[in-house]
Amino acid sequence: MAGESHLIRAYGDRRDDGVIQISFTLPVPLSDKAKEAARLFCTRLGLVDVKVAAAEPAADNYTFFVVYARADVSLDYATIDVPEIVFRKLGFDDLNKLIEDRVARRVVVLGACTGTDTHTVGIDAILNMKGYSGDYGLERYPWFEAYNLGSQVPNEELIRKAEEKKADAILVSQVVTQRDVHKDNSRQFIDVAKAHGLKGKTILLLGGPRVDHKLAMELGFDAGFGPGTKPSDVANYIVHALLKKMGKEPEDLHFEGEPT
Amino acid sequence: MPGPFVDDAQVAQARGIASQVIEPVFDLIRRHTTISVERTVLRLFGMADAGPGGIPLTNLMTDRLKAAGVLNRGAAYWYGRALQLGAASPLDAVERIAALPAGKLAPLSAEVEGNLREEVRREAEAAVDELRRRIDERDALKSEFPMSPAPHRYVIVATGNIHDDVDQARAAAQAGADIIAVIRSTAQSLLDYVPHGATTEGYGGTYATQENFRIMREALDAESRRLKRYIQLTNYSSGLCMAEIAFAAAWEKLDMLLNDAMYGILFRDINMRRTFIDQYFSRRICALAGIIINTGEDNYITTADAYDAAHTVIASQFINEAFAKRAGLRDWQLGLGHSYEIDPHRPETLLLELSQAMLVRRCFPDAPLKYMPPTKHKETDIFFSHAYDVMSDLVAIWTRQGIQLLGMMTEAMHTPLLGDRYVALKAAGYIHRAARGIDEEFVVREDGKIANRARFVFGKAMELLEECRQDGLVAAIGLGRFGDVKRSETGGKGLEGVLEKSPDYFNPFLDILEGR
Repeated sequence: MAGESHLIRAYGDRRDDGVIQISFTLPVPLSDKAKEAARLFCTRLGLVDVKVAAAEPAADNYTFFVVYARADVSLDYATIDVPEIVFRKLGFDDLNKLIEDRVARRVVVLGACTGTDTHTVGIDAILNMKGYSGDYGLERYPWFEAYNLGSQVPNEELIRKAEEKKADAILVSQVVTQRDVHKDNSRQFIDVAKAHGLKGKTILLLGGPRVDHKLAMELGFDAGFGPGTKPSDVANYIVHALLKKMGKEPEDLHFEGEPT
Repeated sequence: MPGPFVDDAQVAQARGIASQVIEPVFDLIRRHTTISVERTVLRLFGMADAGPGGIPLTNLMTDRLKAAGVLNRGAAYWYGRALQLGAASPLDAVERIAALPAGKLAPLSAEVEGNLREEVRREAEAAVDELRRRIDERDALKSEFPMSPAPHRYVIVATGNIHDDVDQARAAAQAGADIIAVIRSTAQSLLDYVPHGATTEGYGGTYATQENFRIMREALDAESRRLKRYIQLTNYSSGLCMAEIAFAAAWEKLDMLLNDAMYGILFRDINMRRTFIDQYFSRRICALAGIIINTGEDNYITTADAYDAAHTVIASQFINEAFAKRAGLRDWQLGLGHSYEIDPHRPETLLLELSQAMLVRRCFPDAPLKYMPPTKHKETDIFFSHAYDVMSDLVAIWTRQGIQLLGMMTEAMHTPLLGDRYVALKAAGYIHRAARGIDEEFVVREDGKIANRARFVFGKAMELLEECRQDGLVAAIGLGRFGDVKRSETGGKGLEGVLEKSPDYFNPFLDILEGR
């Protein structure tokens, strides 16, 4: 893939015009001065040809702006390094078949929304029969043995149950968060997992609207799944990760839908 | 009024079955009290402070009485005993009761007992009169500055800090919000006490405390006067402290409360008996205080599928209504919950959503109803998300919803930014203005998709109600009929706080609230 560079800019309505759109609120009443402040704010962001398209009185002392501007930033697309997909994402039947043939036993997965968070919407979407957006949850897969422990599960309890069931993978969901409590709770989960010797042994996954793969890795998880994740994404990841652990797939195998 | 869809006789039959469904539960309610009901009694007497370590005095006193095995005679009775011992203050009362050895807690002579109860009853009447006076003040402000026409636009604030919440609430009111909900801190529903004082730290929301209620209502009173438009305030009477929150809300002049007869059981795993008993006393307080309750049926279709489980919403609304009516609530106080949650990737979802919302309106013509926006199938593409919300705005005005929670385009991402709320309020304002009266212009054909779907859903709701009547509500919940969640009668949190009343149980507030 080395060689020619491939410069790209944001695309508005013609190549390389660099047009982007942003919206934000400033804590000042609507006035000409406020609009000028918005324009200057965007200039400080490095934007040019700033057009304050809308300045709306969101409240007495707050103004909401919609801005169009040009960003002169360009990127060399050729230098962006994302592993190439060598394995297509498998659908429900094909993935079950892969587990049956290669793992040759049911894959055990436990999941919970841990800590004080009461919102089961994330873990339900991934694990429950019904699934999400027409994509079946792990409970529906005959070759997965999935347990959804619900919400407000202490990290210690999730780990204990996972040991009891000899889980291959543990899913931690963190939905509603404030002041980064999801990070503190996730770190604590990893501490408990380490203390029980599960780190490196069991596949540890983190999911939620404020989660991405990078954050999850930083916190000590094997992977992170953010908004829009479908149950089949998680299912595919678990099966490949497990096959890698079993030495049945090369460590550097990459697959479609892999968290990056 | 869109469609009959079903005969009046059928609607009346559903109502009749629902009242039979709840009858066995009322045997339980009549025979029992809970530690949180008893704490509420003490709060009604004015016991509002916290003791050492921030523990509410009401908890200190009821825990002591429960440990001594005498709470089943009623906290009001022991409050009277404390007065008789010459207690000068609530704290003093707690200390005096706590200091008594178990042997000294035996009944007094019949005459002394009678006088004690008479004295406490008089004090309870004075306390209720004072509460009524405060409610009258709230209602006077409401009359002076009438609200905008319905649907009332409901938005949430959830900063964790009550003072930041005030800023956000005022901003939302200025942008057109009619109702402000202060979302509670995550997991407050599982606390078996009401935290004390103003709070500035919370997760996912702000603690519901009496002082936080006061601070927010005072700010909204000022804003109502300035905008010449009354702004309502709501909070959450759910979890282990339903009745205590109801009292604090009534006292601090809140206008609405989330209050559901079954929500805690299903979604917070609160014990069934505890919830049934607590909801009754909390609703008696709401009835007195003119508080509109919001029920939580919308939650069923965020866990179960909104298309498949549509009938569970209708059946539960009839049950919630029956519980509410038994607690003295009137139709205008019933914000029965439902929502716009059918998977938008299906065809004809606008017709399906209209059908469901019209059916709810048909069954409960005089209730304000509480309509929730899409959440489950929200996408992080905020532009799609905004369009999706606007469709629920249209259904809300078309079906004359009294209370409409506005969808936020960033629903799937974070608690709303100030700008998110503004965008939602502006769009809802436009749709409500543009489509007002649309229901009177279009007649829904009785042989069409909307009417047929409504009849189908109503029929399934009737079957579920019939099942609840025959097998019992407890059994139906045990089978996961509501929200796909299964609960048992003795499972869940808070059962240890349920007490069988002694034959001489004393609760003058219950007598007053029940009109005895």
